[in-house]
Amino acid sequence: MQSFLDIFDIYLLEAVINGILLGGVLALLALGLNLIFGVIDVTWICYAELVMIGMYGMYYLVQVFHLPYWAAAPLVILLVALLGAALHFLVIAPLLTAPPINQLLATGGVLFILQSFATVAFGIDFRNLGIRLPVLALGEMNFSYARLLSFGAALLGMIGVYLFLTRTFTGTAIRAIAQDRQIMPLMGVDPKRIYLVTSAIGGGLAGLAACLLVLQYDVHPFVGLSFGPITFLICVLGGLGNFIGGFIAAFVFAEIISLGGLFSDLEWGYVLAFAFFIVMMFIRPAGLLARRS
Amino acid sequence: MNRQAAFWIIALIALVALPFVHRDPYHLHVLVLILIWSFAYTSWSIMGRFGLVSLGHGGFMGIGAYVTALLWNHLGVSPWIGIPLGMATAGVLALIVAYPCFRFRITGHYFVLVTLALSGIVLQVITATRDYTGGSLGYTPQRAPSGKGLFALQFDDKTTWYLIALAVWVLGLVIWRAIDRSMIRHAMEAISEDEDAAAAAGVNVTAEKLKITLISALMTALAGALYCQYQMFISPDTVSGIAVSLQMVFAAIVGGVYVALGPTVGAVITIVLAEVLRISFGTKAVGWDNLVYGLLLVLFIIFLPKGILGSVIDRIKSPRKPSRGHEQQTVPIARR
Repeated sequence: MQSFLDIFDIYLLEAVINGILLGGVLALLALGLNLIFGVIDVTWICYAELVMIGMYGMYYLVQVFHLPYWAAAPLVILLVALLGAALHFLVIAPLLTAPPINQLLATGGVLFILQSFATVAFGIDFRNLGIRLPVLALGEMNFSYARLLSFGAALLGMIGVYLFLTRTFTGTAIRAIAQDRQIMPLMGVDPKRIYLVTSAIGGGLAGLAACLLVLQYDVHPFVGLSFGPITFLICVLGGLGNFIGGFIAAFVFAEIISLGGLFSDLEWGYVLAFAFFIVMMFIRPAGLLARRS
Repeated sequence: MNRQAAFWIIALIALVALPFVHRDPYHLHVLVLILIWSFAYTSWSIMGRFGLVSLGHGGFMGIGAYVTALLWNHLGVSPWIGIPLGMATAGVLALIVAYPCFRFRITGHYFVLVTLALSGIVLQVITATRDYTGGSLGYTPQRAPSGKGLFALQFDDKTTWYLIALAVWVLGLVIWRAIDRSMIRHAMEAISEDEDAAAAAGVNVTAEKLKITLISALMTALAGALYCQYQMFISPDTVSGIAVSLQMVFAAIVGGVYVALGPTVGAVITIVLAEVLRISFGTKAVGWDNLVYGLLLVLFIIFLPKGILGSVIDRIKSPRKPSRGHEQQTVPIARR
């Protein structure tokens, strides 16, 4: 019995730490989506599909054009940032005054477009980078370097965005427009430019997430569906547009998935997370950190 | 008014007579699919037209299909009982999720994302209980022994299925019309304009929204069960999940959410497009149909948010538009 408990605790600790590592990447994804929502007041349903395109970009640059990983990553971040700006320019900008539901559904159309574009262009095979990172053994626990690296890079990315938002003029303008979009044009800030910059940053974050996720997961046209929904739920749980709430919610979700997966199948971890989300919506409809009025 | 009723009766007779005149099994198959999906899209639009955009309908459809099939395979319960049970399950789930949503005023983006979580849960539960449901590999209801087709609601004959699907489709339109003429419609329109004002005017906002959600969920579950009985194969990807939910939204919007036949037009367009692409390009067409759908969806939302049928009817009903001032002087076409 004693030995059983020992093993059990080790597994539990490993699951908890893996949950934290997963939470880092989820928090990065949620940050990009939250930024877009907070500033432009639009939900990009196709956000995970941008990540998917970025993962394909990594695959082609590394496997087909034989670029080293470190050279490919900035290119992919740039590519997805451009994609994000294009998405805003082509789809969101004409709909800025339309009801929010229409904007959301239009990006749903973009989701179809990106998914089927990947199916048509790349086929439905599962592909991976072929990079195998070693596993770190810590006592009796095992952690993959890919996860540690993702966690570190995700944290760095988030700190970078934080510094950008607080220390630069453009960042300050972005935060200001998120607070009051009517007044800022009067203060000499061009909202169109700010929206475009924000979309590019949101896309860039998706690109960074793509570079990290491609280390751990195979890429295929429907890979977005496996982490897209969870990203939206994290953002809503944290309160749409609330960066800190999204950050906390990402770790809560990651722990539920990781621990739920420890006791049963991984799917039940997801079921638990979804159910938790629905329950939380009723307890705190405006997000984890919101005070109930 | 009488002329319109006559038109409907003639059209209905023509539709009923069709399979006895034109017996091509492939065409009938496509028609059955169009009718079943039209019914599903109509069910979505019944709440979608009032701004209650749900991405959870994939979940309701999956529940209808899987509950019916599981009861038949594991307990031998006839679909005649299984389908109402499946519908009831979907209805209960809809109420459990919708009541707190409406009670706490979860609307717009938040409502969309809560319902998205719902269809996510259904998809994951089906996948996780793979010992019973076959998981992502799909599930097939057992063939009934010959002579018990009616009991098992399994027919090899396409004509029978065509008539069943037609009846259900007509039922969907009848429900639409009944809602269109009832107080619920006025209440819901008021709510979709301004919830507080509607509540102040004496509309029980939560109750009205719940009613419309329940009707919509029950109908969607019925569509799922029928699809299962007709195709005799279901998988989480074809009847549940976010992709199916988005497909419903897409077809309904392309056809037009605000008119009764809009979702049907959407179903005709999407299914015919998919079949044409499949026949002319074969396996190379995989993905192309969704590419075209996605493009159409974006273009429609930007340029034609009322959908094809909605815009056409608008043109016929009121050719005068404020933007085209010179036409204001012309005599308007008589309204019906």
